Formats: sequence, C-alpha cells, structure tokens
Amino acid sequence: MIYLYSFLFCGFICLIGQLILDNTKLTPGHITSIFVVVGAFLDTFSIYDKIIEVVGAGALVPITSFGHSLIHGALSKAQGSGFIGLLMGMFDLTASGITSAIVFTFIFTLIFKPRD
Amino acid sequence: MEKTKYEKIVNRHKPQEARSQNAFIAFVVGGIVGVIGQLLMEMYMKWLQIPQSEASVYMIVTLIFFATLFTALGFFDKWVNFAKCGLIIPITGFAHSMMSAGMEYKREGPISGIGSNVFKLAGSVILYGIVSAWFFGLLRLLVMGG
Repeated sequence: MIYLYSFLFCGFICLIGQLILDNTKLTPGHITSIFVVVGAFLDTFSIYDKIIEVVGAGALVPITSFGHSLIHGALSKAQGSGFIGLLMGMFDLTASGITSAIVFTFIFTLIFKPRD
Repeated sequence: MEKTKYEKIVNRHKPQEARSQNAFIAFVVGGIVGVIGQLLMEMYMKWLQIPQSEASVYMIVTLIFFATLFTALGFFDKWVNFAKCGLIIPITGFAHSMMSAGMEYKREGPISGIGSNVFKLAGSVILYGIVSAWFFGLLRLLVMGG
C-alpha cells in the first residue's frame, strides 16, 4: 500500500511542477527553488513529518524533502543550543546528499569526456 | 511590441494536448521514481538491518549516484527532455543539474571551469533552501519556542 502512496504523492508533486512549467514562464530553476521553500514551510508546522510517515519514500525523493531536512536539522539542534543551533544544525541531515552529489560529480567529470 | 504580439499568437495556437501529455508523463515518471525510492529503502532496511532514517540516506545517495553516472554517460539528458519535471523535481534533478554544469564547463579547467560552475544551477536551490529554512526556523523558535 505504501508503494501506491509513494507513487501518487511523488507523481502528484511532479505533476504540479510540470503544470507550472508549461503554463507560466518560470524555468525549472525557479520551480525547484519554490518547491524547496514550500518543503521548508511545511516542516515549520511538522506537517511534512506526518506526510513522510504515511507515504514513505514518496515524500523523501522530491526536492521538497531537501527543504524539510534543512529546517529539521536546524530545529533539532536549536532545541539544545538555542538560536545559534539554527546555524549549527542546518546541514545535519542534508550533508550526505550534498556531499555525495559533489563527490560523484567531481569524480565523473574527471573520468568522462563531455560529448557535443 | 512586435515580440509580445507574436508570443500571444504562439501561445494561442500552442497545442493543448502536448501540455496534458507532458503533465501525464511527469506524473507517471515522478511516481515511478518515488516507488523506486521506496523499494531501495526497504531493501536497505532488510539487508543492512538499519532503521528507516539511515536507510533513507542510503536511498538518496543511490539515486544521486545513478543520476550523476547516467548524466556523465550522456543519456540522462534525453530522459530529462522526455519526462521534464518527472525527473527534475525528484533529487535526480539536483544531481543532474550539477553534473551537466560540470561537464559543460570542463574544458575551462578544474578551477574556473568545474569548480566555479558546478553550483551554477543547483546553487539557487541551496541558497533559497537555507535562507527559507533559517527564516522559518527562527519564526518557529520565536513563536512556538522550538
């Protein structure tokens, strides 16, 4: 059942993105930035956590979860160390994604030749 | 003046079918990526005996690995052109934007080429993500006390 929820939720977010892309002049860069902000906003009231509980990876795969992880790490650190914790914990949960993307990108750019 | 007029005419005659077809493809492909994520996560949970919070990290790293590898091999661009938001909105789009920027500027050297251009497209996601997360986090701390 969780597979169906994953499919529907992730597909639905992509559908919204595609509708925005086709019907406005916004570029994919605009849309991904908007979605990250939406993800961060939803987690401000812990809504996104509940969505993840229900739909599983369907909510972790879209870029909205990037905003959710940023604020989630910041807030959990802030509970221990106050306002400065917002700055300390910002990358706690997203570090793995960003680091792996940078490392893989660097290695593959060195190995493969650009084709055009 | 001429240009806006032209755009209006083009927009009026743009086939409505292509838009609904694009939306449908994005929905299906995006959904499939979500299901793949869920499959990977449950596989990692079973094989490595780890909780979901750790398995989700493995899952995200796996998706990023394949998105960067397929972009480097050259055929992921075609997939993105076909599925558009179906692959741009998932984390694969983030990896793809970094990898394609890296490949594009490779010939300008390791520092001024790859180093300064890798985040050309992905940078806005990180910037607005962090600024909004900081701002909303501050609001929540002030209003709800954490």
